[in-house]
Amino acid sequence: MNVVEAKTPTPDGNNSINKILAWFGTTLGQILVSIIVPALTFLVLWQGYLFLQRAKAPQIVQVLVAIVWGVGGVALLYVVTNWLVMKLPKRISKILQPFVFVGPAVVIMAWFLAIPVFRSLIASFRNYLGTEWVGLENYKFAFTDPRMLETFRNNLLWLVFGTAFSVGLGLLIATLADRTKAEVIYKSIIFTPMAISFVGAGVIWKFIYTYKGVGVGIQEIGLLNAIVTALGGTPQPWLNLPPWNNFLLIIIMIWLQTGYAMVILSSAIKGVPAELLEAARIDGATEIKAFFSIIVPYIQGTLLTVTTTIVIFSLKTFDIVRVMTGGNNGTNVIANEFYLQSFTYTDAGKASAIAIVLLLLVTPIIFNNVSQFNKSRRGF
Amino acid sequence: MAKKTLKTAKQKSTFWNNFILIVICVIWLVPILGILITSFRPSEEIFRSGWWNVFPHKENVEVERIVLPESVDLDGSFEILGKTATFEEFRNTVELDDGRLITWYGNKRTRTAIISEVRWVGFATNLTLKNYSDVIGGKTISYKNAEGQTITRTGNNLGGAFLNSLAVSIPGTIIPILIAAFAAFGFAWLEFPGRNTVFTIIVALLVVPLQIALVPVLKDYVNMGLNGTFLGIWLAHTGFGLPLATYLLFNYISTIPRELLESSYIDGASNFTIFTKLILPLSVPALASFAIFQFLWLWNDYLVALVFLGEKNQTVTIAVARLVGEKGQDWHLMTSAAFVSMILPLLVFLGLQRYFVRGMMAGSVKG
Repeated sequence: MNVVEAKTPTPDGNNSINKILAWFGTTLGQILVSIIVPALTFLVLWQGYLFLQRAKAPQIVQVLVAIVWGVGGVALLYVVTNWLVMKLPKRISKILQPFVFVGPAVVIMAWFLAIPVFRSLIASFRNYLGTEWVGLENYKFAFTDPRMLETFRNNLLWLVFGTAFSVGLGLLIATLADRTKAEVIYKSIIFTPMAISFVGAGVIWKFIYTYKGVGVGIQEIGLLNAIVTALGGTPQPWLNLPPWNNFLLIIIMIWLQTGYAMVILSSAIKGVPAELLEAARIDGATEIKAFFSIIVPYIQGTLLTVTTTIVIFSLKTFDIVRVMTGGNNGTNVIANEFYLQSFTYTDAGKASAIAIVLLLLVTPIIFNNVSQFNKSRRGF
Repeated sequence: MAKKTLKTAKQKSTFWNNFILIVICVIWLVPILGILITSFRPSEEIFRSGWWNVFPHKENVEVERIVLPESVDLDGSFEILGKTATFEEFRNTVELDDGRLITWYGNKRTRTAIISEVRWVGFATNLTLKNYSDVIGGKTISYKNAEGQTITRTGNNLGGAFLNSLAVSIPGTIIPILIAAFAAFGFAWLEFPGRNTVFTIIVALLVVPLQIALVPVLKDYVNMGLNGTFLGIWLAHTGFGLPLATYLLFNYISTIPRELLESSYIDGASNFTIFTKLILPLSVPALASFAIFQFLWLWNDYLVALVFLGEKNQTVTIAVARLVGEKGQDWHLMTSAAFVSMILPLLVFLGLQRYFVRGMMAGSVKG
């Protein structure tokens, strides 16, 4: 590290008088540079920010500047801070340097996740503007209001059916595909919806469920109603019909998430030792028996992880409901009610209480993750 | 002998495996195919018939129209092409002996009957790119209202939204990765007080729902003037993505052999040099996996963009969702818009699937 310090350029020619002055000069110069360089950095970044704020340039130019500014700015800030810390006496810089590395991440995570937990907790005990304490009023809403009870019921439906079908179908496809030659093709097709946004998926499925009405000579353009008509039924405005509309929304989640479950389970299945399966087959076990008595127990750890991930997903489901029904006609979910309370009704108190409820729902998973982590990294 | 039966049983099961898988794959693909085809059909046709009609199929095709003279009394039974029926019966379609159909057109006053015939119709040929040009273009329409004020309305401008999505997703992917890589290196190789505690908190933050942060952070943004800016949304995505990024990169970086680093320290390299010259290049696979994961997540994100970016600088997801809200029956616009929003993630995804899968496996602790 001495090498690096020796290499730092002397700022100007002040140090030519004598050795003591030179020492002062360099130190003074260094202090000056230490102040000027970060100040300049911030100035440049700030100018870039202002440009982006009020730019009249063509959008493509703005976007390019934004990208270069954002990425370059962060890199520059690291380089400058590190350079600054390295200027300090070695003893101090050694203590400070780890914070140059972890500091920004910790500060940002604290601002965006850790501290908001407490801020939301406080807000959940205050009124809609956050001006007065209201005790447990917001929680009374969160746990007893019919609106909230509806969201709990629906989230439970999402959790049970969404998770069961995503994991079940994923497991089925992974197992079947494992024994075919075209495995990669099948898996790619099932996996593709993972790349599609929930909003995009919303459009895709809204088109399937669309309803034109009853009348002479009307041909349904929605696939579901066309199938119903072809089978001799009457077309229905499916998304307005509780409780079926909930299941129609859950189908979208299954369509999106099965690929995820399939890929992870598939790699777990490939880890099942072939000898184990061969031995079972020689002992006369049917494929189905071998599946339940060997494959499933062998991959149960992975099954649990996949199930947990999809359960969390189903608890936080928002976009699909927002785009498809807006939570109307008995399809509301917790995250959508949160959105409505915070941004449509601007009731910060109720919104915060709902957010805390969401947090409580995932708390067991948080504890599990932490204890797993501590177990795996004893001694760190 | 026993071996042979085993083999045939296996072949049979392979057939059923493939059969079931093909059925599932068709079910999985049909929804996408539906909007892909629809996005190329002219709007009036989309509304007239289902998208599956672009494939060859049998359809009732009008062959001629008969206008009845005024002398025919439409109350009671009357005759068309030798078939006698009442008006109501004709309106509900009557079949002629040769298989042709007679359907009354409109109400009684039209005095018109349509003769149609079931024929094979081939592939639809009138596909168009107009839906795409309508939805991508950002035409601004200006007009004067009754009070003489000029009203300017922007078109759907999905092209602009596409650029905004890029401006959100690219820095929103690189910034957290950069910050997380620094942090992961710090947690894995540098000694400082509180290291264990802080990292445990990061693990706990992995599944904290981001809803918890929206209201407080939005308040800060309004105070700081960050609301609706790119900087604001990058910071937000960085904040929400950092726990997972740090955790994944930590797992990866802590497996780099100790000797490699120690020999560099002996050579007099500083932490910063080791990080940029050694750790970053070695971590490229992990960085790439997470980058694809984060990019797709940001591109497809709706909630965070909706809260922190809103209508200003709207991203593709917001633009598409807005279309659905405002023009819920304009399928020609919605389907093409949805496809525009899907094209980039699909390409990234199909091209880099291997990396994506790897990132997903490592990240399966996050919700």
